[in-house]
Amino acid sequence: MAMFSQNPIMNGPSYSFNDAPKTNTPEGARQHRFDPYTDNGGSTLAIAGADFTIMAGDTRLTSGYSINSRYHPKVFKIGGTTADQKDATLVLSVVGFSADGEALKERLDTICKMYRYRHGKPMSVKACAQRLSTILYQKRFFPYYAYAILGGLDEEGKGAVYSYDPVGSYEREQCRTGGAAASLIMPFLDNQVNFKNQYEPGSGEGHALEERARRPLTRQEVEVLVKDAFDGAVERHIEVGDGLQMMVITKEGIEEILLPLKKD
Amino acid sequence: MPGFDFSNYNRNAALCARGMSLPKATSTGTTIVGCIFDGGVVIAADTRATSGPIVADKNCEKLHYISPNIWCAGAGTAADTEFTTALISSQLELHSLSTGRKPRVVTCMTMLKQHLFRYQGHIGAYLVVAGVDPTGTHLFTVHAHGSTDKLPYVTMGSGSLAAMSVFESSWKSNLTQEEAIDLCSKAILAGIFNDLGSGSNVDVAIITPEKTTLKRNHITPNQRVPKLGNYVFRRGTTAVLNEKVIRKEELGNFVSIHEMTEEADKMEVDT
Repeated sequence: MAMFSQNPIMNGPSYSFNDAPKTNTPEGARQHRFDPYTDNGGSTLAIAGADFTIMAGDTRLTSGYSINSRYHPKVFKIGGTTADQKDATLVLSVVGFSADGEALKERLDTICKMYRYRHGKPMSVKACAQRLSTILYQKRFFPYYAYAILGGLDEEGKGAVYSYDPVGSYEREQCRTGGAAASLIMPFLDNQVNFKNQYEPGSGEGHALEERARRPLTRQEVEVLVKDAFDGAVERHIEVGDGLQMMVITKEGIEEILLPLKKD
Repeated sequence: MPGFDFSNYNRNAALCARGMSLPKATSTGTTIVGCIFDGGVVIAADTRATSGPIVADKNCEKLHYISPNIWCAGAGTAADTEFTTALISSQLELHSLSTGRKPRVVTCMTMLKQHLFRYQGHIGAYLVVAGVDPTGTHLFTVHAHGSTDKLPYVTMGSGSLAAMSVFESSWKSNLTQEEAIDLCSKAILAGIFNDLGSGSNVDVAIITPEKTTLKRNHITPNQRVPKLGNYVFRRGTTAVLNEKVIRKEELGNFVSIHEMTEEADKMEVDT
């Protein structure tokens, strides 16, 4: 299933310069076309813990080889009662085409607010996750070019991360990265969060080896993983850098942390 | 047979027509600059090499040797800048040996442009040529299609606009050597921080009638941030599905062995 394929809208590698129109028209003839999408680069990352969720994203906004902004957040609090979102319980991260990402954020935020006024309680992550999927699928044939991740705490107070493709296919997961450096960070997370490809030393021979048992990570461990993941991505991906924005969701509320990243 | 080997051309054209894309070359999406001062010339470059959006090399060398008194900064396709400068360097050395004169920068520039023009831009080398010869100090740019410019300060590559903005705001005539080094470094830094195709360190070469000084990693403003976590795995973490040991003495049963007398020149390896 092509669910989390990097780029279902433009074919080929996920890269903004590659979308130059490829035509077979004769020399001189120009085909008129509509190019409503841009790739603004950047990466996002979400990890669910036992009683917390950390959502993170870099703050660089690019187009082609240019930096449009060194501080343009892509992680947002959602569904508070006021514009400052200080009583929000959900966090949405969006990466891809930033205009679409922000439009999507505004829509979901409005819906969460309406839900609060109508029902007198904040929306659950589960309900919000289903609603976000519906919003995305409604635009199946003119999609929001955004890879969204929704984070919060579920009804039992456990960390919850829901990840989406641009047309609304979604799934609850322990961890997920999106955007330009997703292919660089995701294998690191598989290994360090879900202990993939790690075995218990001396527990058996060959296929009889036992896999390293999963255990819930602490908040400190996750914060270290997030910082190291982004520092690694910055080293090898040109569209990631400048700043790291982290939102830590606990039952006490949402804490925002800003850290510097390399600027080259 | 001299020149390029085109024997795969028809096969590749057929594959292309069936929708297979060509392999992607490493491009030095780059910032390179040059600037003349009183008594010589300075050229400088960043050290990032990219392949699409991925950083292929964080500390590559973009300043190429032509002759002791002529150096070249290269942008564009990494292989093309490397081989074109090496080819011209070799031809220029032979030319200098047969004429018994020191090589001239105009000669080098003319050979480069004639070579590149012949290949109609298919050799993607964009160069800044600088040097001091018996006729004086020279600075040129050579484009992949074969056009050239002669200017007191030049920039090329994807960071050329960022770098040129520094020259256009700060350049003055009659610079000292230190001022020229500083100006070129600032121009490269502008590229490193404002152009995504450029990054990492600043390399500088200073050419005067007396000597050439290559300052490799003159400025290193992008040191790697230390890792916070510990990623050392316990021995035995990776599953071993089967194991076979071949002792050094039995190696001859599997491959033919030639004893080497002298150690071959070692290639520079990243730390």
